[in-house]
Amino acid sequence: MVTTKLDPKFKDEVAKVPGGQNMMRCFQCGTCNVGCPVREIEEKYNPRKIIRMAVLGMRERVLSSDFIWLCSECYTCQERCPQDVRIHDVMNALKNLAVKEGYIHSSFAKRMEVLWTHGTLYPLSRFDNTKREELGLPQISSGNKEVQEVFRLTGLNKLLDAEGGK
Amino acid sequence: MMARHYELSARKVAEKLGMELVDVEDFACCGFPIMSVDRETAVLMAARNLSVAEDLGLDICTICNGCASTLTEASKELMHDDRLREKVNKKLEKIGRTYKGNVRVKHFTRVLYEDVGPEKIKSQVKNSLEGLKVASHYGCHYLKPSDIYDKFEDPEFPRTLDALISVLGAETVEYEDKTECCGGVILDVDDKIALAMTQRKLEHVKAVGADAIGLICPLCGSMYDRNQRVVERRFNVTYNIPVLYYTQILGLALGINPKGLGLDLNRVKTSDLLNKLSA
Repeated sequence: MVTTKLDPKFKDEVAKVPGGQNMMRCFQCGTCNVGCPVREIEEKYNPRKIIRMAVLGMRERVLSSDFIWLCSECYTCQERCPQDVRIHDVMNALKNLAVKEGYIHSSFAKRMEVLWTHGTLYPLSRFDNTKREELGLPQISSGNKEVQEVFRLTGLNKLLDAEGGK
Repeated sequence: MMARHYELSARKVAEKLGMELVDVEDFACCGFPIMSVDRETAVLMAARNLSVAEDLGLDICTICNGCASTLTEASKELMHDDRLREKVNKKLEKIGRTYKGNVRVKHFTRVLYEDVGPEKIKSQVKNSLEGLKVASHYGCHYLKPSDIYDKFEDPEFPRTLDALISVLGAETVEYEDKTECCGGVILDVDDKIALAMTQRKLEHVKAVGADAIGLICPLCGSMYDRNQRVVERRFNVTYNIPVLYYTQILGLALGINPKGLGLDLNRVKTSDLLNKLSA
């Protein structure tokens, strides 16, 4: 701990990201940990500790860690938190910041690539549309034009280097 | 999500119950997968879909819990936060769109509960599902974050899906950790943890001897049905628990034939369950 660099402004940085506003309300009761289904399986995921580390200003340790990406987004902690920290939303804000710092988890980088290319996480082949036709379901087009349009509006395409550095 | 059987059965029961569904070709991804990467882009993606529906004078009905929560959350934020709506519209205008804030979003199951209603559904039942024991699984985003859902459900003790199953004559069974997450969102991040989450639920459902899991989200469906064999191999156990979408269960009760509900597309075979029902 002594050697870890602390950034006292990190908490303000988190508070500016949508969803991160209430992080400082945490009083470390641990209600989040008790109800967390991920922690039930894997103790290295510890939402109470992640928030403590972020409040203390352990910027790089938090943003570069794999564990912020382990939140299964069930919202149980957010529902039960007595301080209305909005833990899911704080975790989401931390992930958003990590992406901006170049720490996107490889599985999410892959998801964004698929979404950019196919417009959906579950690309449809011609075979799928044949199957749909057999069942009397309407044909579906890819919809990647819309996704690319929206990514370009916020600049997410550049952040993700989706267009190969273009 | 590859859930043609869910879509097929939802369309069939909607038709049977006199609900009119309009397909909107301009819809794109709801925004959920982008949330963890960049919330602003995700909300904009959702707002774009909302504006498409608004132009057509339609509300949005989704059969996926993730789409329901993402679009509902965005619609609430854009309705109540004028500054956010202004900011979003500045961006949307660049692609020739604008959103005024008038679209309501509902999960198909919520429409069945609130707009059709359990009593009307009960009156339409042709084949009572008496003798069938169903373990309901709501999925997280049908219930939470609860502040976006107008207190429609109790996130700790949900009841609407159970009520909708009961009116068909089936028995709903309680089991341990009923509201626990399927793990689907982190399958690509860490499949060991995600599949262990899936296994826990299958174990709890098996313990109470349910004939089937009844659920309403395609991601949960893929975890419990499509990945059931994977879980069985990994944990060296046998479950063989059929996993049906509520729309398939409802369709059977309404007298629609199993094939028309895509029951042959379920990964865990449903033939024993169908035999039990017709016996």
